[in-house]
Amino acid sequence: MPRLPRIVGALLPTALLVSALAALIGVPTAGAAEGTINLVAYSTPAAAYTAINVAFSKYPAGAGITVAGSYGPSGTQATNVINGQAADVVNFSLEPDMEKLVKAGLVSAKWDTVGPDHGMVTDSVVVFIVRKGNPKHITGWKDLVRSGVQVVTPNPFSSGSARWNLAAAYGAERKLGRTPAQAQAYLKALLSHTAAQPSSASAALATFLSGTGDVVLDYEDDAIAAINKGDPIQYVIPPQDILIENPIAVTTQAANPTAARAFVNFLLSKKGQELWAIEGYRPVLPGAAAAASVTFPTPRQLFTIASLGGWTKVEKTFFDPTTGIVAKIEEGLGQSTASG
Amino acid sequence: MTLLEAPPVTGAPTTPRWRAAGRVAARVGAPGTAVVYLSLLVLIPLAALSVAAFHGGWSAFWAGVRDPESWAALKLTVLSALVVVVVNTIAGTAIAWVLVRDQFVGKRVVASLVDLPFALPTIVAGLTLLTLYGPNSPFHLDAAGTRFGVWIALAFVTLPFSVRAVQPVLSELERDAEDAASSLGARSPTVFRRIVLPSLAPAMLSGAMLAFARAMGEYGSLVFISGDRPFATEVASLRIFGLYENGQNNQAAAVSLALLSLSLVVLLLGGVLRRRLTRPEFG
Amino acid sequence: MRRLLRRFGLRTAVLAYLALLVIVPVGSIVYRAFAPGLGTAWHDLANPSGATSAGFFHALILTLLVAGIAVPLNAVFGVVAAVVLARHRFPGARLLDAAIDLPVAVSPVVVGLALVLVYGRAGWFGGWLAARGIQVIFSIPGIVMGSAFVSIPYVARAVLPVLQEIGTDQEQAAATLGASPWQIFWRVTLPSIRWGLAYGVTLTTARVLGEFGALSVLSGNVVGHTQTLTLYVGYLFEGNLDTVGAEVGAVILAVLALCVLGVLSLAGREKGSRSWLSRFARSPRGSRTSSLSTTSP
Repeated sequence: MPRLPRIVGALLPTALLVSALAALIGVPTAGAAEGTINLVAYSTPAAAYTAINVAFSKYPAGAGITVAGSYGPSGTQATNVINGQAADVVNFSLEPDMEKLVKAGLVSAKWDTVGPDHGMVTDSVVVFIVRKGNPKHITGWKDLVRSGVQVVTPNPFSSGSARWNLAAAYGAERKLGRTPAQAQAYLKALLSHTAAQPSSASAALATFLSGTGDVVLDYEDDAIAAINKGDPIQYVIPPQDILIENPIAVTTQAANPTAARAFVNFLLSKKGQELWAIEGYRPVLPGAAAAASVTFPTPRQLFTIASLGGWTKVEKTFFDPTTGIVAKIEEGLGQSTASG
Repeated sequence: MTLLEAPPVTGAPTTPRWRAAGRVAARVGAPGTAVVYLSLLVLIPLAALSVAAFHGGWSAFWAGVRDPESWAALKLTVLSALVVVVVNTIAGTAIAWVLVRDQFVGKRVVASLVDLPFALPTIVAGLTLLTLYGPNSPFHLDAAGTRFGVWIALAFVTLPFSVRAVQPVLSELERDAEDAASSLGARSPTVFRRIVLPSLAPAMLSGAMLAFARAMGEYGSLVFISGDRPFATEVASLRIFGLYENGQNNQAAAVSLALLSLSLVVLLLGGVLRRRLTRPEFG
Repeated sequence: MRRLLRRFGLRTAVLAYLALLVIVPVGSIVYRAFAPGLGTAWHDLANPSGATSAGFFHALILTLLVAGIAVPLNAVFGVVAAVVLARHRFPGARLLDAAIDLPVAVSPVVVGLALVLVYGRAGWFGGWLAARGIQVIFSIPGIVMGSAFVSIPYVARAVLPVLQEIGTDQEQAAATLGASPWQIFWRVTLPSIRWGLAYGVTLTTARVLGEFGALSVLSGNVVGHTQTLTLYVGYLFEGNLDTVGAEVGAVILAVLALCVLGVLSLAGREKGSRSWLSRFARSPRGSRTSSLSTTSP
């Protein structure tokens, strides 16, 4: 077939050239298109943002703007932005991930002066998601360490949700009157009951739904979304619980700062907060939940991360990858659970 | 066109300048481009990996590798790869034997199926195995979150290497010696052990080495079925991903370099051993 | 009689192993994906939890685009490298030969990490690239590079032994008749390696379509922008957005894989049913073994 090489010979360099050019110019590169804002967020609000983005595009300030969303474990997403992922708006699970970006010069140190609640866009609480009917009768923190109960919680070194879970567990024990040493012992017991430690909150819920474990520790909003989807679960809000606060900010390197700010303003506005409430997220704007006709029960003994010393202290004491209390517990447990 | 050109009449053939230049370009430009491409894509990134791994010197590298969770991950990876390779070398040889020496309806289909794990994206492989060996298994064979689940996934992805390394050698094998041996009274197992196996050994070893290197680096199929439990089912690739996610690039690079070196050593060793084992009359 | 039993026993054992490991799992995911009906399956894939279908179609287009760039790149590289190694002697040939095989030993996650270390914002070339507004990592060029990295060896390894086997007679004849190097290449060399090339290109395509690990690190997972089909399937499953949708996507990818297998077996039949892996296993008489071990015996 002498014709074959000629065709190949002609097409191949042309295809190469065109492809190389396209790649270099960056065909649909995220952020290059007019009116696109890059949202980098933690894993859970993927579904919520889909609905909210539609509403935003119908809003005057949002006309002609598309929101390109990337969702993943909060810690990982922060790392990716630092490594160069294009981001106009960042929405993390917890403050320390935002502070990482401040340290890298990607977010202004004044991010927490924005909005009605010092930089936060939504609140939530830690809940215990169990199988429908709650067959293991899990109602409080003590039930998680009962013999025979298997817990699913994400990996605390990548997932924000996991850090909220463990901070809540520790704080709950302290609220119940235990000493720091006893509270740490509880953490050890809790971690020894984990059946899996996936990388993000969503992954943890997916793992639970595919059959692993008796209970998964997750955000209230994730539980609500799953129930709305019809998943066979229910959730329990423990009486001692921590207030989860999710920060949001416009980055300093935003390609589209005006659009980005308009988006964040929308999310913090009355309309935006009502939409969050409908999606199951506790709004930070007072009155928004009522306006959306959604009620969120308040745990009897609700505390904040401030009562544990603030995130900076908690991150260092508990979640430092080498010297943190949780790291040491995991290591210690590893020696004995290595039989897998 | 060139056929109609009269060949040069006088002694030395005259070469037009541009043709000579073309030849030089081909000789220098071609390998040059190849090297540049390879460098930009493979060599420089691997160099960066090594530099990051040794950021802080030998002690930092060693600390990264010996970190309890990373060390456990590396040990688990090597152990799992070994288990799976041993099983698949035996199974692969058996499958190759059946494909070459046996005849049955649907043999062609089976032969193509052996290649399926290679063509299938690893994430799909993971999901596929999860449906049968995960919590929703219709046979109640829940291996998710256990080492057995890890082994199943690794066996799946390395199967083609074990079979395809042996199959062509087996099909080329001359049966004279075997027939002679059995006509002299040797029983089948003896014939296999004494005559067939030595000829197959280099190929089996080859397949085993490739399978081992593949198993050591596997990631996609393990993401869902392993449960990613530190010290229990977290293999090296999952650990590296976790370290990267947490921003610990240098430690991730250290573990990566250790993993890569192990794979390379195995592949090199395999090549040396295979050449030692290959008898002159076969190669 | 015993022999018949043994053969039957072995055959059953082999088929049982294959069934448990390959056939039944693949079959059950197909069943689960399409059990609720074809219409539901399609709907689930294209519209996870009510979102627009943009995610799936973007993923499909991106996957094809990436393959459209990475495969030709590696095809050209593979042919050039094979020609260079088979026909020329130059210092460092051994190193080039070994370097081509390196990607086989590198875990996909490590590939992603290594590329980020060079082309990420804080990487070796990161600053230079960022200053020029070129986004490599977390964008399409990065995805292409990751996909190309993992699939580098296949064309070279498929074409090299063919070149070594057929020898230089025809090419020398063409040269004495006055053909230029380019003419020799297009008219003599390329046609002779076409089946090896087809083989290699098919393997490369399969590998690129299936890449996941490196892309998990490199892509940024931006829905509708930097998610390939494999990432999209992973995202649907992990994000708990739609397990059935993920399974349907998985089946689509599996079908693509089966098509690839079909092409492979066709090309294989042309070549005399030599399996691609046999190039890694056997040592053709008189020529170098095509594996990592190119050190002198």
